[in-house]
Amino acid sequence: MRSFQQRLPEFEARRISVVGISVDPPEINRRQSQKRGYTFPLLSDPKMRAIRRYDVLHPGAGPKGADIARPAEFLLDSNGIVRWVNLTDNIVVRARPEQVLEALNQLSPAGQ
Amino acid sequence: MKRKWNWPIWVGFVVVVIGLFSYEFFARFPITRDFPWANVLLFGIGIALLIAGLVRAFGRPQIYRGKIVGSILAMIAVLVVALFSYEIFYALRQVPASAGAPRVGQKAPDFLLLDQNGTPVGLGDLLSNSNGVVVIFYRGFW
Repeated sequence: MRSFQQRLPEFEARRISVVGISVDPPEINRRQSQKRGYTFPLLSDPKMRAIRRYDVLHPGAGPKGADIARPAEFLLDSNGIVRWVNLTDNIVVRARPEQVLEALNQLSPAGQ
Repeated sequence: MKRKWNWPIWVGFVVVVIGLFSYEFFARFPITRDFPWANVLLFGIGIALLIAGLVRAFGRPQIYRGKIVGSILAMIAVLVVALFSYEIFYALRQVPASAGAPRVGQKAPDFLLLDQNGTPVGLGDLLSNSNGVVVIFYRGFW
């Protein structure tokens, strides 16, 4: 997340939005985004609606066995079609912004 | 005759302990988090020193100390490395398969959720006026 914030201008230059989704409530997301200086939206999905629809639920993996989201990254085009997906097999290995930027370059070599 | 201090045993043990507790630091950087090179290296150095110390302790016990304490510290060190390996190479990899996740070429499911300011944000809002969206699911901040 921090690395995406660092590279956010490159996404903004391509007019690509960045959004995070977790089970955390908006208050925690507000505190954390202030503390860490995140300027992109962090969305709160405590009822795991989006998390289930994307099939990224990790049952019992949270504190005290709570259900949380597993790390996963999706790149959608302007029509909402998935263009690139990263489903890690190791929860500490997440997509880096350069991987997504590289995927964007491959999709539109002109950088548009 | 007073026997010599068997320093590799102690230094090796300390290096293994540093290898364990430095994980939190090295995990901040993707290059040492994606695979814990730094910790594996420290464990390797520590275990090698411990082995060297034990060889001295058992090989020339009349000169070097550390048969008992070396064995105990070596066992603790092996346990530390085993627990670390279990956590890093097994436990962290128990991620659900997500077979039903939207695939390349499929339409991404819609959502409408509150952002950090309590404002509802839908996928449609993010897609309008943009060339695309990076949706990042994360485990949360706890």
